[in-house]
Amino acid sequence: MADLTTKIAGLTMKNPVMTASGTFGYGLEFADFVNLEEIGGIIVKGTTLHPREGNDYPRMVETASGMLNCVGLQNKGVDYFCEHIYPEIKDIRTNMIVNVSGSSPEDYAECAAKVNALEGIPAIELNISCPNVKQGGMAFGVTTEGAATVVKAVREVYDKTLIVKLSPNVTSIADIALAVQDAGADAVSLINTLMGMVIDIEKRKPVLSIATGGMSGPAVKPVAVRCVWQVAKAVSIPVVGLGGIMNAHDAIEFFLAGASAIEIGTANFIDPTVTVKVAQGINEWLDAHGCQSVGEIVGQLNA
Amino acid sequence: MKKYVKDLKVKAVEFPHEWYVLLKLTDEEPLPESVPGQFVEVKVEGSPQTFLRRPISINYVDREKNELWLLIKKVGQGTHKLAELKVGDTLNVVFPLGNGFSPVQKQGEKVLLVGGGVGVAPLLDYGKYLKEQGAEPVFLLGARSQSDLLEQELFKAIAPVYVTTEDGSAGEKGFVTQHTLLNKEKFDRISVCGPKPMMVSVARYAKATNTPCEVSLENMMACGLGACLCCVEKTVKGNVCVCKEGPVFDINDLTWEI
Ligand SMILES: Cc1cc2nc3c(=O)[nH]c(=O)nc-3n(C[C@H](O)[C@H](O)[C@H](O)COP(=O)(O)OP(=O)(O)OC[C@H]3O[C@@H](n4cnc5c(N)ncnc54)[C@H](O)[C@@H]3O)c2cc1C
Ligand SMILES: Cc1cc2nc3c(=O)[nH]c(=O)nc-3n(C[C@H](O)[C@H](O)[C@H](O)COP(=O)(O)O)c2cc1C
Ligand code: FES
Repeated sequence: MADLTTKIAGLTMKNPVMTASGTFGYGLEFADFVNLEEIGGIIVKGTTLHPREGNDYPRMVETASGMLNCVGLQNKGVDYFCEHIYPEIKDIRTNMIVNVSGSSPEDYAECAAKVNALEGIPAIELNISCPNVKQGGMAFGVTTEGAATVVKAVREVYDKTLIVKLSPNVTSIADIALAVQDAGADAVSLINTLMGMVIDIEKRKPVLSIATGGMSGPAVKPVAVRCVWQVAKAVSIPVVGLGGIMNAHDAIEFFLAGASAIEIGTANFIDPTVTVKVAQGINEWLDAHGCQSVGEIVGQLNA
Repeated sequence: MKKYVKDLKVKAVEFPHEWYVLLKLTDEEPLPESVPGQFVEVKVEGSPQTFLRRPISINYVDREKNELWLLIKKVGQGTHKLAELKVGDTLNVVFPLGNGFSPVQKQGEKVLLVGGGVGVAPLLDYGKYLKEQGAEPVFLLGARSQSDLLEQELFKAIAPVYVTTEDGSAGEKGFVTQHTLLNKEKFDRISVCGPKPMMVSVARYAKATNTPCEVSLENMMACGLGACLCCVEKTVKGNVCVCKEGPVFDINDLTWEI
């Protein structure tokens, strides 16, 4: 039995497997299928200062080995979260992490400050990389200045573990990661979805309501592994890897590329029990390769 | 209602028509509780184009034989692959999902069940339930022609069946909303499942005659669990998940122009 305990800055997890925001609801939606406490961390739906209705339907289209979505951060706002959802999830014995989004640095900070007050939420994941909202979201995540401004604003009001989620839709993801690290992030997670588009050739119209959407699923995995590899070489803070992970094999690839932990998103739609299977699979792989912990393989690519 | 992910066994595969396949699934354990109008998400193996699960209504549950039936129209790669399943194969299913049709409201209530095409599927289970609970269901089913009318004998065994076909080869010629039954009889409420234009015109009839009406929607889904917010329908309460708050909605809660 390898020791799967994983530390990401101030966060201690039973295992390195987390769920990706927007794909696992608040965890409760999956409680019939998996023991939520066997998951290292649950990153809940994107939460904003004010309620958001999200984009119009259609918001999803299947692609070769993946999908595009343009949900657009539909959520009832942080106050509703604190009053109604937090009480239902605070006693789940795993790390419940809130994914925070906004349309201005002030929005992000105010939302983060409210979550900071919740004892049962040990970390936030700052989403500066959502491709599906007009204002904010990815706009901050595609320039080093924008990213640094948001992270600084949040760092001032947030004193627990601050993970910043990066967009792959940039020229140099390592530069953004460095800017975020300098601005006070405790860790980075990557990748958010890749911007894509599908066209209905009969209607001669984009399938999605806002034309473009974020691509996820196994099709994006090689891009994600490359991003993690580039970022892990550049920064000194921990890296959380995600993008297309379907099984333990995929997860090990991310560890070798330099990720200390991983998140699973779209795969939950195909197999609602995938998280615990991946955790078990990582354990088996480590045992079979004589490793005592995940840490032993993080970034351990042969030259 | 607790949800499960299970490998169900294919017990029978029938082809009621060249466009359709009927899968009868079973399990070693008793099948979980479900209500009519709920659906399952099936995993399609061996079809590289089919990445996501496919939502399919529960067509019928036979508790005695411990069977769950899925009536599937072959439209794209996923459903064509499902039609290749053989007796003895397994099918991975997440279920039961969604809210389902309304429970019986009063003894003897007359409920019109309107189905078009493969939309007739969930009405078989619902009709049986209504009958057993002391309601009086009546079926109004539409198809292109006589040959693609589905499960007629099973429907007739439960309640009266009225039919329309587009070519007039069975029942009255035309669409369900043109059936003379609608001018002759009054119903306590209506439940509809079928193509959207059909549901909209039934909803118009219901509104014009002041009859309560619910419709079963088929929005594109990813998770089927209310987790991803991909399948939303605009309602008077804002965007809600069809997979969780639906698929069955009261027409007054929708924002359709009727
Ligand atoms: C709650 C629910 C219950 C359903 N019940 C049944 C049922 O009992 N029997 C049945 O045969 N089908 C049912 N459907 C529709 C079924 O899910 C789709 O036909 C199926 O997903 C198509 O998969 P495919 O891979 O064969 O086609 P694809 O290659 O994915 O698509 C082929 C064509 O079918 C259309 N299509 C795809 N998905 C849907 C959808 N969800 N609704 C309408 N059109 C779609 C596409 O626009 C495309 O033109 C249901 C859908 C929902 C949401
Ligand atoms: C339907 C859907 C909704 C998502 N919503 C969010 C969100 O609210 N916030 C966020 O940071 N990422 C969101 N994402 C991105 C995922 O968290 C993840 O970064 C991406 O899907 C890549 O991982 P995967 O391939 O394992 O799904 C969403 C993804 C999907 C598919
Ligand atoms: S399909 Fe994911 S919320 Fe309905």
